[in-house]
Amino acid sequence: MPDTKLDLLQGTLDVMVLQTLAVMGAQHGYGIARRIEQASGDRVLLNQGTIYASLIRLQQRGWISAEWGTSDNNRKAKFYSITKRGRKRLAEETVYWERLSGVMGRVLAIQPGGGD
Amino acid sequence: MNGVFRRAFERIGSFFRRSRLDREFDAEIATHLELATDENIRRGMNREEARREALIRIGGLQQSKELHRQARGLPALEIGFQDLRYTLRTLRRDRGFAAVAVLMLGLGIGANVAVFSVVNDILLRPLPFQDQQQLVWIEQANGKSGLSSLTYSVDAYEGFRQRNRTLKDVTGYFPFSPPDNYRLGGHSDLLPVTAMSVLGNFFQVLGVEPAIGRMFLPEETQRNGRAAVLLAYPFWQRQFAGDPGVVGRAIDLNGMPVTVIGVLPDRFDFGAVFSPGAKVDAFVPVIPDEMRDWGNVFTFIGRLKPGVSVAQANAEAGILAPELYFNVKYPNSKGGYTARALSLKEYVSGRLRRSLIVLWCAVGFLLLMVCVNLANLLIARMGARGKEFAMRAALGAGRGRLIGQLLTESLVLSAGGAILGLCLAYAVTSYLARQGSVALPLLSSVRVDGASLAWTLLIAVASAVLFGLAPGLKVSGRDLQASLKDTGHAVSASQGHHRLRQSLVITQIGLACVLLVGAGLLLRSFLRVLDVDLGFQPDGVAAIKIDYEEARNPQRRAAILEELLRRIQAVPGIETAGITDNLPLEGNRSWGLRAKGQQYREGELPGTFVYVITPGYFDAMGIRIRKGRQFNWSDRADSQSVVVINETAARYLWPGEDPIDRIALINGRDTRIIGVVSNVRESSLEKTGAWQMYLPIAQAGPVGSILTIRSRLPLAMLSPTVMRTLRSMNPSQPATQLRPIQTSVDRAVSPRRFFMLLVTAFAVFGLILAALGIYGVVSYLVTQQTQEIAIRVALGASKSRVQGAILWQTFRLAAIGAAMGAAASLAAARLIASLLFETAPTDLTSFAGTVVLLALAALAAAAIPAQRASRVDPMAALRTI
Repeated sequence: MPDTKLDLLQGTLDVMVLQTLAVMGAQHGYGIARRIEQASGDRVLLNQGTIYASLIRLQQRGWISAEWGTSDNNRKAKFYSITKRGRKRLAEETVYWERLSGVMGRVLAIQPGGGD
Repeated sequence: MNGVFRRAFERIGSFFRRSRLDREFDAEIATHLELATDENIRRGMNREEARREALIRIGGLQQSKELHRQARGLPALEIGFQDLRYTLRTLRRDRGFAAVAVLMLGLGIGANVAVFSVVNDILLRPLPFQDQQQLVWIEQANGKSGLSSLTYSVDAYEGFRQRNRTLKDVTGYFPFSPPDNYRLGGHSDLLPVTAMSVLGNFFQVLGVEPAIGRMFLPEETQRNGRAAVLLAYPFWQRQFAGDPGVVGRAIDLNGMPVTVIGVLPDRFDFGAVFSPGAKVDAFVPVIPDEMRDWGNVFTFIGRLKPGVSVAQANAEAGILAPELYFNVKYPNSKGGYTARALSLKEYVSGRLRRSLIVLWCAVGFLLLMVCVNLANLLIARMGARGKEFAMRAALGAGRGRLIGQLLTESLVLSAGGAILGLCLAYAVTSYLARQGSVALPLLSSVRVDGASLAWTLLIAVASAVLFGLAPGLKVSGRDLQASLKDTGHAVSASQGHHRLRQSLVITQIGLACVLLVGAGLLLRSFLRVLDVDLGFQPDGVAAIKIDYEEARNPQRRAAILEELLRRIQAVPGIETAGITDNLPLEGNRSWGLRAKGQQYREGELPGTFVYVITPGYFDAMGIRIRKGRQFNWSDRADSQSVVVINETAARYLWPGEDPIDRIALINGRDTRIIGVVSNVRESSLEKTGAWQMYLPIAQAGPVGSILTIRSRLPLAMLSPTVMRTLRSMNPSQPATQLRPIQTSVDRAVSPRRFFMLLVTAFAVFGLILAALGIYGVVSYLVTQQTQEIAIRVALGASKSRVQGAILWQTFRLAAIGAAMGAAASLAAARLIASLLFETAPTDLTSFAGTVVLLALAALAAAAIPAQRASRVDPMAALRTI
C-alpha cells in the first residue's frame, strides 16, 4: 500500500518534534510541520493543526520553550526551541525507538514454518 | 515523574488562563495559515486556492483549537463547566420544573438525612465513653418483674467484683433513685434535685473525667464519711451560673452540708444513656454498708480486660452468678442469681435497632419514590427536548456528551435538593434533640454531623444518577432522524416513552402502598396501645412528690400522713387523694409473695411489684377493687399485717378459690389478703401478667411519698392551694409542681408515637408523590390523545364517556400498582411484625384502608386531566393536526 499515508502512532509526533528542533534550532509551528513532512518524504499523514497540541504538551513538560519573534518574511510567529531537559529526553526516546524498531523488524522477519 | 507533576500544574494553570491562551493560539495559527498560504502562492497557486490548500493541510481551524485546548488544559472540567452553565440557563428558563424538583428532592433528602442522623446517633455512633466497646452491661438473665429482678445486692456486687476474671472492674448505680429525691437548700424555696446514687468507682470505670474537680474518694463511700456530690454540667450552669468556685464549697442537700467535689463534663448525659427521658442533676456516692440489707440495689456495668470478648464475659457471669450470695449473713441465700452480659451499646440501643431500621427503610423508599417521580418528570421533559438533543447530536455531540449533559442537570437539581434537605434535617434534628419527653436514648445528642454530611452527599449523587440515568439512556438510544421528525405529538414515536412512564408510575404506587400499609399497621398498633386498659384512670389525676417530717416509727408516719390527707381532701375541688411510694410506669421494686403452706419450685414464682400506699390511693388513681376491701386507717402498725394483691397474683396463688382472708408470706411475715384489685400496667403499656401487691403505709417502709390527687380543676388553679396545704404541714416542702399522671403514660408511649408519627408522615408524603406521578402521566396521556379524543367526541362520544375512559386507564395503573404493592407489603409487614401491638401483620383494615386511599388519590389525581379531556373542542383539536 505505497499510496496510503502512514497514521502517526501515539507519542511519535512528540519525538519527531523534539528531533526537528534539536537539529534545526528555534523554529515556528509551520516550519516544524513542514520539516517533518519533508523529512518523511511526505509519507506521514499529518494534519498540521495537530502539531500545536504536541507543542503545548512538550512545552508544559518543560522539554521545549517558546518565544514570540519575527519570521524570515517578517511575520510575527511563536518560535520554539529545545531545552536541555528536552535534549536528555530526546536521547532516551531515540534509544527506545531504535530498540523498538529493531525488535519489530526481527519479529516481522520470522518466516512461517521456520525455527531457530 | 517531574514532568508529570509539572504538566499537571501547567494544565491547571492553563484552565484559569483560558481566554488569554486562546487568543495566543489564534494568533499563532493565523501566522501558520499566512506562512502556508505564502508558500503555496510561491508554488504557483492563486491566492484563494493557496489559502484553501493551507486550511486543508491544517485540518480544520476549530478542530486544531479543540485539540490544543484538550492538550493544554483540563478538558473534562471545561466540559463540566460548560454543561453546568448550560444547565443553569435551561433551569432558569424552566423555573417551575426546577422548583418542584428541588422541593421534592429537598423533602426526600431532608427526611433521609434527619433519619440517618437519628440512626447514626442511636445505633452507629459509639457511646460517649472512653473505649466504650469494652463496657458491658450485666443484669439478671430472667428478670421479668421490674428492676428488683434485674439487679443485685451489695453482697452480690462485692462477690462478683472480687471473683470475676474477665473484667478490669465492675461498677453500678442505684436505679431505684426516684426523681426529685433531694432538696437543695440555701434559697427562699427548697429546690427539688434529682441525684443518682452511683458506686464510688462509677466514673473511673466509664472513663469519664470531671470537667472541674475530682471523682469520689474511698473515704467518701464509707459510713459516716465526708458527704460529697458531683454536679451534672447543665445543673451547674443553671443553678450555679457555671461558677467554678462552687467546687470545694458545701451546699445544703436535704438539710445536710455536702461538699461539691467536681462538675462532670457537658457531654456526659447520664439520662440519655441509662434512663431515657429523665434528667439527673447530681451524683452522690453509694455507701455500700448502708444498703447491705436493702435487697437488690445495683445494676452492673463492667469494663472488659483487654482481649476479652463480651461472649467470654457473658459465659463467666453465667457461671459466677449462682455462686453469689444475696446476703452473706444467710448461707442459704446463695444460688438465686442468674446473669447475662451484653455490650453497653447493645443494652442502650439494641431494642431500638429494628424500629430504626424500619424507619431507615421507610425514608429510603421515600427517596426512591422521589427519584422515580423525577425520572418521570425528566422523561416528560425529554419528550419536549427530544429535538434539542437530536440537534446537538447532529452537530457532533457524542453519546457520552449528551448523557453527561443530562447527568449534570440531575446533579444540579439534586445539589439544590441536598442543600434544602440539609436545612430541613438541621431543623428537624435540633427540634428532636430538645424533645426531653421522648424516652429514646441518646436523643439529646442527635445532630447533623460529618457522617450525616457524607451521607447527604452519597444519597444526593446516588439519586441524581438514579433519576438522571433513565432519560439519559433513553436519549442515547434514540434514532436521530426519528427524533428530528417526531413532532412530539405523534403517537407512534413516543410509545416507548409512555410505556416507561407508566411502569414508573406503577412502581411508585407500589412503593406508596408499602409505606401506607406499614404506617397503617403502626398506627393501628399505636391506637391499640392507647386503648389498653391501664388498670387505672389517668384522667384528672395529678401527682406531687411530698416531704414530711422524718418518722422512724411507722405508726407515727401513718398519723402524719393521715392528717396531711385530711387537710388536702378539705381543699375545695379535690375529690380524693392518696399517697403511694411508687407510681405505675415510673419507679418500681419487687418482693416475694407466696401462699402460706404451699410448696413452690425454685424460681416458679415471679417477683411481685410492691407499692406502699395510704387509704384513698385506689380511689384517687381509679384502680378498681375486684374483691374484698381496701385499706383504712385502722390498718395500723400494731394490727394484723394485711395486703391487697392484683388479680393475676390471686389467680395463680389461689386458683379457683376466694383469696380473701387467706394468709400469704411476705418477707417471712404472715399477711392476710384483704382485697384484690385490677391489674395495673406497671412498667410498660404493652406488657401484662405481672404480680402486684399493695401494703398499708403503717406496716411497710415506703421508698418515697407521692401524693396523688383526683380533681376536675385545672392544675394551675390547684397547685397554689395544694402547696400551701403541704407547707402548713411541712414548711420545708420543696417547690415542685403538680404534674398530671398522664405525662408518664405519654412518656411510656413516646417511642411508639415517635416512630408511628414519622412513618405516617413519610407515608403521607409518599401518597402525595404517587398522586403527583399519576397526575403527570395522565395529563401527558390526555395531551397525547387530544386528537383521538377529538375524533371520538366528533363521532358522538359523550363527556362522561371520555372522562370515564381516562379514569379507567388511571384505575388500571393504580390497580396494578396496588396489587404489586400489596404483595410486597405482605412481606414487609412480616418484617415489622415484632413492632406491632395486638395487630396482625395481615391486618385487613390497614390493607383495605391503603387500597381505598390509593384509589382515591389516583382518582383525584386523574380528575383534573380527565376534566380537561372532556372539554376538548373537537373542531379546534382536529384543526391542529
